[in-house]
Amino acid sequence: MNLVKRFFRGIYDHLDMPLLLIVLVLMGIGLMTVYSATSSDGFAKLDRQLINMAVSMVVMLLVACTPPQTLMRFAVPLYVLGVVLLLGVALFGIVVNGSRRWLSLGFVRIQPSEIMKIAMPLMLAWYFHKYESVLKLRHFIVAAVMLLVPIAFIVKQPDLGTSLLIGAAGFFVIFFAGLQWKIMFGLAAAGAAALPFAWSMLHEYQRRRVMTLLDPTSDPLGAGYHIIQSTIAIGSGGSFGKGWMQGSQTHLEFIPEKHTDFIFAVFSEEWGLLGNGVLLLLFTMLIARGLMIAAAAPTMFSRLLAAAITLVLFIYAFVNMGMVSGILPVVGVPLPFISYGGTALLTLMLGIGMLMSIHSHRMLVKK
Amino acid sequence: MNDFYQGEQDSNRFRNRVLVAGLAVLLAFLLLFARFVYLQVIHHDYYTTRAESNRISLVPIMPNRGNIEDRNGVVLARNFSAFTLEITPSRTNGLEQTIDGLAEIVEIQLKDRRRFKRLLEESKNFESIPIRTRLSDEEVARFAANRYRFPGVEVKARLFRQYPEGPLAAHAIGYISRINTKEKEAIEAKGHGANYKGTDHIGKIGLEEHYEFELHGTAGHEQVEIDAGGRAVRVLAQTPPSPGNNLKLTLDVGLQRVAEAAFGGRRGSLAAIDPSNGAVLALVSSPSFDPNLFVDGIRYDDWEELNNHPDKPLLNRAIYSTFPPGSTFKPLMALGALTTGKRTPGQTIADPGYFNFGNHRFMDDKVGGHGAVDMYKSIVVSCNTYYYTLANDMGIDNISRFMGELGLGKRTGIDIPGEATGILPSQEWKQQRFKKKEQQKWYSGETISVGIGQGYNAYSTLHMAHALANVLNYGTVFRPHLVNTITNPNTGEVRKVEAEPARQIALKAEHVDFIKRSMAGVVKAGTGARAFAGAPYESGGKTGTAQVFSLKGGKYVAGQLKERLRDHSWYVAFAPVDNPRIVVAVMVENGGFGAQSAAPIVRQVFDYYLLGKAAGSPAGEDDVSESDHDGPLIEEKERESR
Repeated sequence: MNLVKRFFRGIYDHLDMPLLLIVLVLMGIGLMTVYSATSSDGFAKLDRQLINMAVSMVVMLLVACTPPQTLMRFAVPLYVLGVVLLLGVALFGIVVNGSRRWLSLGFVRIQPSEIMKIAMPLMLAWYFHKYESVLKLRHFIVAAVMLLVPIAFIVKQPDLGTSLLIGAAGFFVIFFAGLQWKIMFGLAAAGAAALPFAWSMLHEYQRRRVMTLLDPTSDPLGAGYHIIQSTIAIGSGGSFGKGWMQGSQTHLEFIPEKHTDFIFAVFSEEWGLLGNGVLLLLFTMLIARGLMIAAAAPTMFSRLLAAAITLVLFIYAFVNMGMVSGILPVVGVPLPFISYGGTALLTLMLGIGMLMSIHSHRMLVKK
Repeated sequence: MNDFYQGEQDSNRFRNRVLVAGLAVLLAFLLLFARFVYLQVIHHDYYTTRAESNRISLVPIMPNRGNIEDRNGVVLARNFSAFTLEITPSRTNGLEQTIDGLAEIVEIQLKDRRRFKRLLEESKNFESIPIRTRLSDEEVARFAANRYRFPGVEVKARLFRQYPEGPLAAHAIGYISRINTKEKEAIEAKGHGANYKGTDHIGKIGLEEHYEFELHGTAGHEQVEIDAGGRAVRVLAQTPPSPGNNLKLTLDVGLQRVAEAAFGGRRGSLAAIDPSNGAVLALVSSPSFDPNLFVDGIRYDDWEELNNHPDKPLLNRAIYSTFPPGSTFKPLMALGALTTGKRTPGQTIADPGYFNFGNHRFMDDKVGGHGAVDMYKSIVVSCNTYYYTLANDMGIDNISRFMGELGLGKRTGIDIPGEATGILPSQEWKQQRFKKKEQQKWYSGETISVGIGQGYNAYSTLHMAHALANVLNYGTVFRPHLVNTITNPNTGEVRKVEAEPARQIALKAEHVDFIKRSMAGVVKAGTGARAFAGAPYESGGKTGTAQVFSLKGGKYVAGQLKERLRDHSWYVAFAPVDNPRIVVAVMVENGGFGAQSAAPIVRQVFDYYLLGKAAGSPAGEDDVSESDHDGPLIEEKERESR
């Protein structure tokens, strides 16, 4: 009896209440919106998402209870495994919808780029932590190489959305590790200069996506259709929305991918500017809390990891809402905690678990 | 100490970076919020409209086309509802498989496939096109059980046009058929585009074409909520259509039936008009065709047969085929002579059997001539010589001016399309008709043959009936018309089509009465006597013959000539003489002498119209005509007894 009590007491100690509350509210909004988007198929999707949430919640708790030092031990093996699997994909991968993203292990198919979303910030945070006291420019160069090798694989698959997210995660670690501003600006300038070259490297469908972003009406029935219909949904939502389950764009099937990548259009149509404001506020609070945890983190590793995870959350939210509202190109990025889907949720909750772990173990580390 | 300082510095730098990142996040979210304000507040109305037009579709509801009834209420054109099986090609998974699959459930013949293919070429991919029409209830049920297998295929209840009397008066009534692109454009040009959005049939000939906009009605529409796939989810609002107007004809179906039967399949035409008001009582073009064949899109074989038949059944001979009127022209010439003062009734000529003009001799029918001939006798015995001299005295200008007044050589203005102008020869006409200078000159010799209704003269039976009706009505001209009244089924408002006379010709009553008496003489003692022997009413008439084949001096013996080279047979008539109620002009192509084939047709028409019986027809047919399609005499009686 006492043991059970202590067990729960132990878990409770590792929870971060603000983070937990914000995430639960977001998940509640997500369930509500997923239901509205899939109500024509009954409760099936809602049930699945509830299970996804429960599973990822358990994972979050487990990670939250794991000390950062233990997490750090996973950095190198996970990264190496990820790179090896990406190599495997490049050699033996299965092509789905024109992209080579999946690797079959006989009994199960896995998408190694998903592992990289966690492995990358872990690895780089570990690396900078290791060389904390002697950081030189060359360490940054090594970090950049560690970042770019797996990204090159993923871009080649091709999977622009995932490589963007992993690239961002890695970059944030490097940024917070203290890469000098002048070098960043210099690289940015060089990158801008290299844009025309990058353009020529893009796949035809990727170029088209960028082109349709600039002018969605150029292809109203093809690639532009998604953006046109989702902006109509958002715009027609108005200040206070059409009401839950009342979105005509949603319920008459005008919004594509309405329970996954474009779920924000559903939410926005039914809840309007008011709902959008609340959602932005929730994400702002989540990020603020994450950055606070990072700022209070005691070690280089936990600082970098917390800050990178937090900003990756931001990137998810910003890119998704930006693409659905038509100011960013369409890349396959879900809206964190809202979009339907188990894998993305699991990755996100792993991140939240890490944030909690870093925060709850901050006193124990200091010697 | 140094280490601590270093750590402190690192920590500070990190916090700075966190601050920078936090600011960047805020900035990015503000940008998003600005975008939301832009979409949801500033352009809210625009996107609401876009969403509404996504969601709401206006589906036209077709109005019922107006019915067509004869003067006694016999239905000549109506609608019936039937189920059709329709395919929207863009929504099927492969057109061929769909049709093959359907053929296992409902009967789909080769002709259905052919018609579908033709309609497919004419229409757009997202329109629904019938593969089968008039499904039986069993077929509808069988399809309903299997419909999940056929995306893009629907059973629809549609109105079909039906002509219960089939070929009867088909040329006058016309038919509707699927609208083509050219017609659609013409309708849009006339500003009816919106009303015809869902219309797929249009009147092609006859009354169906002429009164298209009366018959069509006003389309209603349904506001339907649709999903992204174009499927209707629910009806939001409805404006009911307003049905087309009904036409009540002047035509008498009983009379029409008798007249058509009297032709017995021979080629020719007949026009019967009430001279007091221009009402067309019968308009026959023989042989006829079944207009029902055209409604669903005519089968290729049927079309080939109708179009290539040597008797040309699709041709509306009564208004389009023009021929020299022969001697039926003579009473009109006589009236012209009286009106212009060139002759008095009592003036006589001596007929030696020929008329010399220049170095040409114009022959009379009767060898040795008719002796002393006055105007009355000239009409009764149909004396050519009288009219040779008369034409010569009047001159072509006077003749064409007077005949033009009577309504010859131009369209009568009857309310069906496709009328021919005919040819009323004149100096002016010849100048326009011919290109070469030497051909443009009018020769006085040509006037001579015009005087007996030959030469360049060419008129339809409608022309001749119309001209005679104008004479009998003492110069008061009514436009010939098939529709008496147009009724709005909603309001019950009734409009009369031809209430007022079109114009007045300056004719003297005594001259008209003289012509009437002379034509009555033809029936009593002249060429019309045999056909009207024993008739209990008094009628007037005039036979005529139009030459097809010039014998170049040989003797004309009908039996020795091939049928197609025989003369055309004319008869124009009216009855009763005192107060004419009906004027008829008949032409039987290659019928030979007018009294032989044309006059007996008129006898049957008059008997029916004036006595209310179909003379000489079998008893069975008599029954039908009496029970269903009574003539006006009987109708009057019945009305009283009701």
